[in-house]
Amino acid sequence: MIPAEFKYLFPSTVDEAVRMLAEEGEDAKVIAGGQSLVPVLRMRLAAPTALIDIGGLTELTGVRDDGDSLLIGAMTTHYEVQRDHLIHDHALLLKLVTDTVADPQIRHRGTFGGSLCHADPAGDLLAPALALDAVMIIAGPGGRREVPASEFFVDYFTTALAPDEILIDVRVPKFTGWGAHYEKLNRVAQAWSIVAVAAAVQVSGGAISAARVGLTNVGSGPLRAFEVEAALVGQPASAEVISEAALRASAGDGYKDNLARVLTGRALTAAVAG
Amino acid sequence: MTATAEPEIGRARLRKEDARLITGQTTWTDNLQLTGMLHMAVLRSPIAHARITNIDVSRATSMPGVAVVLTGEDFAAEQGSLPCAWPITEDMKAPPAPALAVGQVNFAGEAVALVIADSAYRAADALEAIDIDYDELPVVLDMEEALQDNDLVHADLGTNKCATWIFDSAEAGAGTNVEDEIASAEVVIERTFKQQRLIPAFMEPRSVVVAPAAGMYTVWSATQIPHILRWMLSAVTGIAEHKLRVIAPDVGGGFGGKLQVTPEEVLCLLVARRMGRPVKWTESRTESMLSAHHGRDQIQKLTLAARRDGTVTGLKVELLADMGAYLRLVTPGVPILGAFMFNSIYKFAAYRFVCTNVFTNKVPTDAYRGAGRPEATFAIERMMDELAVELGMEPMKIRELNWIKHEEFPFNTVAGLTYDSGNYEAATARAMELFGYEELREEQARRRAAGSVVQLGIGISTYTEMCGLAPSRVLGALRYAAGGWETASIRMLPTGKVEVITGTSPHGQGHETVWSQIVADRLGVPFEDVEVLHGDTATSHKGMDSYGSRSLAVGGTALVHAAEKVLAKARTLAAHMMECDESDVEFAAGSFSVRGTSTVRTLGDVVLAAHVAHDLPEGMEPGMDADATFDPDNFSFPHGTHLCATEVDTETGMVRISRYVAVDDVGTVMNPLIVDGQVHGGLAQGIAQALYEEATHDEMGTLTTATFADYLVPSAADLPAFLTDRTTTPATSNPLGAKGVGEAGTIASTPAVVNSVLDAVRHLGVRDIEMPMSPERVWTALQGRPDEGAGEVAAGGLGSIDAQGGQS
Repeated sequence: MIPAEFKYLFPSTVDEAVRMLAEEGEDAKVIAGGQSLVPVLRMRLAAPTALIDIGGLTELTGVRDDGDSLLIGAMTTHYEVQRDHLIHDHALLLKLVTDTVADPQIRHRGTFGGSLCHADPAGDLLAPALALDAVMIIAGPGGRREVPASEFFVDYFTTALAPDEILIDVRVPKFTGWGAHYEKLNRVAQAWSIVAVAAAVQVSGGAISAARVGLTNVGSGPLRAFEVEAALVGQPASAEVISEAALRASAGDGYKDNLARVLTGRALTAAVAG
Repeated sequence: MTATAEPEIGRARLRKEDARLITGQTTWTDNLQLTGMLHMAVLRSPIAHARITNIDVSRATSMPGVAVVLTGEDFAAEQGSLPCAWPITEDMKAPPAPALAVGQVNFAGEAVALVIADSAYRAADALEAIDIDYDELPVVLDMEEALQDNDLVHADLGTNKCATWIFDSAEAGAGTNVEDEIASAEVVIERTFKQQRLIPAFMEPRSVVVAPAAGMYTVWSATQIPHILRWMLSAVTGIAEHKLRVIAPDVGGGFGGKLQVTPEEVLCLLVARRMGRPVKWTESRTESMLSAHHGRDQIQKLTLAARRDGTVTGLKVELLADMGAYLRLVTPGVPILGAFMFNSIYKFAAYRFVCTNVFTNKVPTDAYRGAGRPEATFAIERMMDELAVELGMEPMKIRELNWIKHEEFPFNTVAGLTYDSGNYEAATARAMELFGYEELREEQARRRAAGSVVQLGIGISTYTEMCGLAPSRVLGALRYAAGGWETASIRMLPTGKVEVITGTSPHGQGHETVWSQIVADRLGVPFEDVEVLHGDTATSHKGMDSYGSRSLAVGGTALVHAAEKVLAKARTLAAHMMECDESDVEFAAGSFSVRGTSTVRTLGDVVLAAHVAHDLPEGMEPGMDADATFDPDNFSFPHGTHLCATEVDTETGMVRISRYVAVDDVGTVMNPLIVDGQVHGGLAQGIAQALYEEATHDEMGTLTTATFADYLVPSAADLPAFLTDRTTTPATSNPLGAKGVGEAGTIASTPAVVNSVLDAVRHLGVRDIEMPMSPERVWTALQGRPDEGAGEVAAGGLGSIDAQGGQS
């Protein structure tokens, strides 16, 4: 398949990229790893007039320690996230989720920030970003601004990013020592989730002191299972507590509702154990 | 010339073609770059059924790089009708099948206009500038509704019924009357199964290049059938056959999906003739899924009559087979290939098969790995399990009770075939042993008793298939338009090297390796000294190509006969050279010798003598080449026993295959590595039908699975480690003893998986689950809810982008 004609731009700084985006107007599109955008272009489901390739912005790659939080560059590839020791030590959930993204080729090209901006409700990284209170650091013509994940994901394939803005960094608080698990149900390895649940749990003295639960592909964007979290905190890390709490992941009787409950129970069980 | 140290036949050689295939050293059709080449892009109807009221090409014509924009009207006088080579009945309805639609479209994806441009990019851009007005017609999708004839796919035909084809064992004298058996049966089981529509997902998309030169046309195509294509292109376009050269270069998979004469092949040829320049067309994956033929798509109604002791006395099969909108090369015959296989390995007294072929507004169906036989095997293996459940018998016991015993071969079946050989007991015993059948049954009982979340199921599939297509007289009796023979030539070169020319057309099977092994053994030449030429009608002028597990059993046999001719002539010349009587000449390890003496001439010596022709026996022609054509007397009948253990997660509906054993009897094995590869790939495709793949349409007839994000082809990550083994009962119908292995895995595995999943959840009240057994379908069945079929939840991905109308 062949995409429609577009102008290709390759900025060398974030500011230059932002300027280009403003100059090219609303029909321009930023391309990061291209793992979601290129198929869409090839099928002509989208036909941007210009692609601004931020692959040359090395300042946007890598994970930095920023005190109480980590800063993950938007252009950090999934492969790099999988192998980063800061992520492993302080945001284990992100590593475990990223391990399940697509296949090795895609994980070498696809980027952490690109997945978040694409905002496919079946995308794996949205739910953990939401559950871990990630904050998006965005560059635009007016400078930098920060948007929490809870406000960033707006709807199917829609984020709070304005057409002239670029996601540059993601701030993720440290969850050092938390247990984590991503329970994903997909039909074949390279398919998107039907439903998946991202869970992170802090256990001290046999009791759950804090919990985060995010749901993938249950709604038009990622969902945070606040009721589940509330039912866990302060309770013993027992099978009974987890089963009871997991029932609050969804109230409906459809297949996805059932999966939300079942997979939440499994994710929490594994997170507590791990 | 020295002999090879160990026999080549049976040796697990690495494939000699692989180095070039996996290192980018071959030229696929799309890699061809010819001077002055134009690129063709095809505009396809987005609508399943409509009259075309207007086509405006003016904007597209004026776009940069566009040479011409063509519509069906432009070709109406010359495009003819795409061929259907299998009119299964005298009164079969066959609508005209234009390569480019004229006035009406009958499926979404049908070609309606062409852009010819100087680059593929510009051709694709201009497609969007063609304006077409459609006047929509009612869409016919459901086969049972189609048979009401309320709305017609082809109004001129007056009906959506294409043909009805019947086999009846009583009428054929092959068995008793099935209605009598049903009437007097102690047990009657009726079931209806749906064979979902599948898409052959070959790795290399289809691609065609046509180069015209002074009245000659060279056609490169990613096809399985260069010889048939040449014949048919000539028949369709009127271009004389000797002015056409068809080349199938290395071809990346087919699975029956490239057993076709496609609209695009015809159109590329016509455009090249019109423009006087080379033309290339290469499809995208979505284009492939929207327009290349699909497979399966049957509704199978089965009635099985049995005694309470488990003896099956009769089987009645009533099929509806979806043709799609047109009859392609062998579309109507695919379900008929299954007609002979519903009785499988069993001894039924009576059998009746009635197949009704139906037109719908969908992509035409045609051959897909197994072609009719997987459908048949699925149906009977499901029915044998249903009978076992009904009678409370062990499912393997039911099979054993009914199958043909090894001492009963050759066996004339109730479907009128003669099975030459087989040993179902041996294959089954080996499979049961490898599988650990009894231990798994115990584990299953434990999980049932404990009410485990993950239940265990065991599925059985004992199968046979008719391969080695095919005896020409049988094809003639079935009204197929061609023969089933195959041909081979051996050219002995003066340096002793060997060129083999085969009429088979490998597209991933490894013929170059195996044909070299056969020749190396027969002639006593090194494996490396043999080169196999194929897929070019200029070098191999005749052949029936590759499909239906035929290449080795039929084409390999032709090769053996050619080798025998070479040796016969060489023996005569060797006797002349050694001045002895021919009866005293012995041949071993590539050398001729005079019995009881030390006089020796190598085959190379003899070949050179034949080539220089200085001193030949009276009347002998120079050279040492030989041609042979083999027409088999009978099909070959591979068989085997497959056992599948699945773990079914009752909370999510997810199915995981925990153990899979395949014991196949494919006759004498030439190269075990290649056989294993064929079995593994076949299993993957059969398992995919059971669990993953399904072509679906919305109510407008739009294919909703037109990308690999929506049409789920499994990868190695989704499949278990297969335990494979073989028993060997050589075929008696060819000197190699080979039966064919291309389709076995696909045919056997689908029912093994489905039987296994049902076995895991039957005690929970589940009687059936439609294929593919998606987690949602399994879970829904476990809730005791009716399966609403189309109500699959979106799993995200590209399909959901489309459904949501674009992305941010």
